[in-house]
Amino acid sequence: MTMGFLNWLLLFIPRAIMQGTPLLFGATGEIITEKTGNLNLGIPGIMYVGAISGMTGAFFYENSVVAVNPVLGILIPLVSCLAGSLFASLIYCFLTVTLRANQNVTGLALTTFGVGLGNFLGGSLIKISGSAVPYFSVSDVSRLFRAKLPFASSLGQIGNLFFSYGFLVYLAVIIAVVASVVLKRTRVGLQLRAVGENPATADAAGINVTKYKYFATCIGGMIAGLGGLYFTVDYSGGIWSNDGFGDRGWLALAIVIFSVWRPALSIFGSYLFGGLLVLYNRINVPMQMIPVVQMLPYIVTVIVLVSISAMKKKENLPPASLGLSYFREDR
Amino acid sequence: MSKQPNNSTAREREPLVVLSKRDTVPLGRAILVRAAAIAIAVIICGLLTLLVTKNNPVKVFAAFFYGTFGTSQLAWVTIHNVALLLCVSLAVTPAFRMRFWNIGAEGQALAGCFTCAALMFYLGGKIPDALLVPVLVISSIAAGAVWGLIPAVFKAVWNTNETLFTLMMNYIAIQMVEFFLKVADKSGSNTVGPDLLSHGWFPELFGNKYLLNIIIVFVLTALIYVYLYYTKHGYEISVVGESENTARYIGINVKNVIIRTMILSGAICGLCGLLLVAGSSHSIDSNLVKGRGFTAIMVSWISKFNPIIMVPVSLLIVFLERGAGQVTVSFGLNSSFSEILTGIILFFIIGCEFFLNYRLRFRSREGKKEGK
Amino acid sequence: MRNITKKFGEKVVANKNVNLDVKYGEILALLGENGSGKTTLMNMLSGIYHPDEGEIFVNGEHATINSPNDAFGYKIGMIHQHFKLVDIFTAAENIVLGINDGEKYDIKDAAAKVSVISEKYGFDIKPAKKIYNMSVSEKQTVEIIKVLYRGADILILDEPTAVLTPQETEKLFAVLRRMRDDGKSVIIITHKLNEVLEVSDRVAILRKGEHIATVNTSDATEASLTEMMVGKKVTLNIDRSEPVNVTPRLVVRNISETNQDGVRILKDVSFTANAGEILGIAGIAGSGQRELLESIAGLGRLNSGEIIYHRPKKDLPVSFFHKTYAQVVRMAKEGKFHYEDGTPVNFDGMSRVRIRKLVNDGKILFNEDEIMNLRDHTPLEIRELGVRLSFVPEDRLGMGLVGSMDLTDNMMLRSYRHGKWVFVDRDNPKQLAEKIVSDLDVVTPGVGTPVRRLSGGNVQKVLVGREISAAPKVLMAAYPVRGLDINSSYTIYNLLNRQKEIGTAVIFVGEDLDVLLGLCDRIMVISSGEITGIVDARTATKEEIGLMMTGRKRVVENEQTTE
Repeated sequence: MTMGFLNWLLLFIPRAIMQGTPLLFGATGEIITEKTGNLNLGIPGIMYVGAISGMTGAFFYENSVVAVNPVLGILIPLVSCLAGSLFASLIYCFLTVTLRANQNVTGLALTTFGVGLGNFLGGSLIKISGSAVPYFSVSDVSRLFRAKLPFASSLGQIGNLFFSYGFLVYLAVIIAVVASVVLKRTRVGLQLRAVGENPATADAAGINVTKYKYFATCIGGMIAGLGGLYFTVDYSGGIWSNDGFGDRGWLALAIVIFSVWRPALSIFGSYLFGGLLVLYNRINVPMQMIPVVQMLPYIVTVIVLVSISAMKKKENLPPASLGLSYFREDR
Repeated sequence: MSKQPNNSTAREREPLVVLSKRDTVPLGRAILVRAAAIAIAVIICGLLTLLVTKNNPVKVFAAFFYGTFGTSQLAWVTIHNVALLLCVSLAVTPAFRMRFWNIGAEGQALAGCFTCAALMFYLGGKIPDALLVPVLVISSIAAGAVWGLIPAVFKAVWNTNETLFTLMMNYIAIQMVEFFLKVADKSGSNTVGPDLLSHGWFPELFGNKYLLNIIIVFVLTALIYVYLYYTKHGYEISVVGESENTARYIGINVKNVIIRTMILSGAICGLCGLLLVAGSSHSIDSNLVKGRGFTAIMVSWISKFNPIIMVPVSLLIVFLERGAGQVTVSFGLNSSFSEILTGIILFFIIGCEFFLNYRLRFRSREGKKEGK
Repeated sequence: MRNITKKFGEKVVANKNVNLDVKYGEILALLGENGSGKTTLMNMLSGIYHPDEGEIFVNGEHATINSPNDAFGYKIGMIHQHFKLVDIFTAAENIVLGINDGEKYDIKDAAAKVSVISEKYGFDIKPAKKIYNMSVSEKQTVEIIKVLYRGADILILDEPTAVLTPQETEKLFAVLRRMRDDGKSVIIITHKLNEVLEVSDRVAILRKGEHIATVNTSDATEASLTEMMVGKKVTLNIDRSEPVNVTPRLVVRNISETNQDGVRILKDVSFTANAGEILGIAGIAGSGQRELLESIAGLGRLNSGEIIYHRPKKDLPVSFFHKTYAQVVRMAKEGKFHYEDGTPVNFDGMSRVRIRKLVNDGKILFNEDEIMNLRDHTPLEIRELGVRLSFVPEDRLGMGLVGSMDLTDNMMLRSYRHGKWVFVDRDNPKQLAEKIVSDLDVVTPGVGTPVRRLSGGNVQKVLVGREISAAPKVLMAAYPVRGLDINSSYTIYNLLNRQKEIGTAVIFVGEDLDVLLGLCDRIMVISSGEITGIVDARTATKEEIGLMMTGRKRVVENEQTTE
């Protein structure tokens, strides 16, 4: 019985980690963004843009050469993904920071736009590829992204548990840890958090509020975009199908709350939520209970949200200026 | 002192553009700025459409109109879609006027859909339709209201962030619908269709299955307009939204107003769910609201929370959606193209508000006296 | 550091031809009433504003200060009245916030440096403590260390003692003296004479934006400083009638209030506001005036005390509008009524019908005013009790009016509940708005204009007009002429006077002592939430009130309180 459970766990955990990785990218990116007071509801759209940009880069590269060069095969999708998500983030920043538009409205419009752009380009590429089925694939590039560490298979189950993933999985963890350290232990992190907590005080202390908001939102957006890239080139095996990314962007927003705006906690949160997404495959539940399991992440998030507001512990509350644009009234 | 900037460089460091808040803008200017923004957006969209279709722009434009109003069937669908979008926009508006950022309209409407479909499924045929319809109406509206009430209570008691709370409630509602689909239709299909929801349908007026819904929503528009501008409740909502301090000063119970208004907001969403299930589709799936809960937020905001302005704005959005849909069919594009166009136009409308809310003043050099 | 000359010239003259110099190793007190331009002057030194005319010299060299960062470049640091701190950060984090010195960021290092500074000047601070766990004085300490950490040699403190207890003030002064001995220059903005005399080396006095004099503290006395601060008495042309039919209307007994930060804002306040009289409240801004009025209006949370309203009923007929039949009978038994000819009412043996008829015919009159306690009632409940209390708050557009709404809708703030119908009535408010516009000469394009677009004086006319239209029995007005031109101010004075003449109890919170002395009948002085005295406005002097405002002198007046 215990051996059985252990084996089950060894099979389940890698799936949870792989499901959790796009969420982790998204959540880390959104935490960095929200820490400067920008509630970016465009993150689902940005992740879509990141995904399709990376896929577009990969597609054209793969179709223009006979043999895929491993370095270019990784760099081209990576750079085009970052460029695409940067572009989307800049739209958000320009509207909310420079033009001080309502963050909710802008974010939702960006999500509409981003999902539309993703599906439009995706659909166009499907047409170009002449595929009979509603998807196109970049299998060679995907192989590069999915490459396991060479010694993974020789380590048996340990290897399977820790070393059997594409490099983006490790990158997600590294970024989350680095973000955690930067936010907590560096001057940049301190000033960034000050901007989100009290922009007027930060301004008075000589911190460039606009610069920080742009900086954090763009970096955050690019990190989130990587989540889209991972999902397509690695998790889905390099296959794009429209709307395949689903609601993962919103789930990432939920994880931000679940992890009370702490990137280190979001690693755990992402894998937990990722696990819940695939749990039904691994346990014997009646089919109708699947939605109940999938509802759990959101219910847990709501409970966390209510608890932090009820406990009123200031460190756990959302950044104080979240959702508000900053305008220096005087002078 | 090592740091000793001289006078002239210091002057140059003063910002070139000075921003200040504007109080109000003359109506003419407000219309002009918005019209200009939409015009630029339409030109960009036109160029983009031209680029991807490589076709005569007049033809493309004609396709837009055809898709929206080409046949009477298409026109009815368009008007019906306008009505549904308008309904959700009306729902979020009272909350927004009170500065309560309810972005959970999608979920509140789905809660209405879910309740309506579940009752049709379980009670249909067991009680007479004449009884079932009122039960559907009351229960669906109540379900939406409850979905709106939950975040409102926590906002009032603990000041729980309503934006995040209502957002999460959307996905709980989606999964609730999924649960119903799995329970009701054992085949594992993603939709529960008219065959299983065969009772409690709204009557067709003059043989038109959309007309009743459309009439309901347009009556509702007038009611909400009156509610917001001419009733005591509407007045209280405005005061709470403008200044909580003033509300306290004149003795308004802010918590009560928040809760009451969110019940109304959720109830109208529930009504929309009812119209969707019992009034038109007679089926349910988790994407039945089709993102209108989110689009409505933009419609309401762009319309400055005015129900009457929401009518043309909803029409514009639906026109883009359905027109672009037609373009994609006629010119072999894919249907997501309309979302790109909607996005671009929204960006411009959102951005242009800046020029209405802020005054840009360029610092003139000759106007400054040199302090010597 | 020599010769700071600053000139100002525009519509509102905040500072006029001010010359000031500060030496290293001294504490300079900047003394003046509210609005005398002390803070504005210092804001120019710290880079918040820059002067329209004039120049600043630091160490004999010309200095251009356009931002707080520039000011730090000249080693000038200011501690503002409103703290600029991030709540969820620790003391050390707040102190280093915004410093980009190119060195490696290490919060432990910073904390160590903070401890060194604390020890040197005798601060008591834990670098790792969060701001939201701190008392007001601790927060102030963080602000001071923030400035010292950046190596400031010139420190400006804006009203540093306003939020401190006497013990904390003592501690602060000890720190300031140590800084002076360390060769720093300290400028302390204040209006408290005792503190000036206690801590400063020299005093610069500002009045209405002008620099009056700079004297050595050792040569100054309270009297000489007060005279320079308040200036000669200016007689204003306000018609003040003699109060008639003065009876107690509002009796406030021993009320105390503590704010969220745990600071006591009102300390055992007691006074009586009489009908037919204007009671002035004088005091330094922020001494508890706002909280006092708000708690009377039902907006505060009192810890103790009572607010007794005497509802004017004496010699007025009883009605069944506010009283039930049973209440009337009970009160008659208690001997609370009399007939028109003055004989006591006795219902014994009378039939119910007869009693009802007597009451309905208005034959039964009250002996005394009705007494009711307003404490812990909301503004709505107070109105429902039938208390006609009007309140012109200090924050006109943030509390009294809604800026984005037009005149008509602003009239509705008080009246929108009228009528049982769910719809609001806009006709009567519209008429009221039109009446106020014509009666008070409000300059506006129409009653459909958002009030935010009106000038300050017209906004105030609209607000006061609305509050008076309710025919109040008690009218409270907080700084009703602040920012108004002469003509508008006189309109307001006349309105208040007319209210007094028709028997309203008027409470007027003011800042200009000349106005208070010219308009009011009695003046109550509040200092740090305590009443320091109530004087007769016809005989009191500015010096006397000025001293009480600083909490020094008490005049005990024999109050004619009716119990």
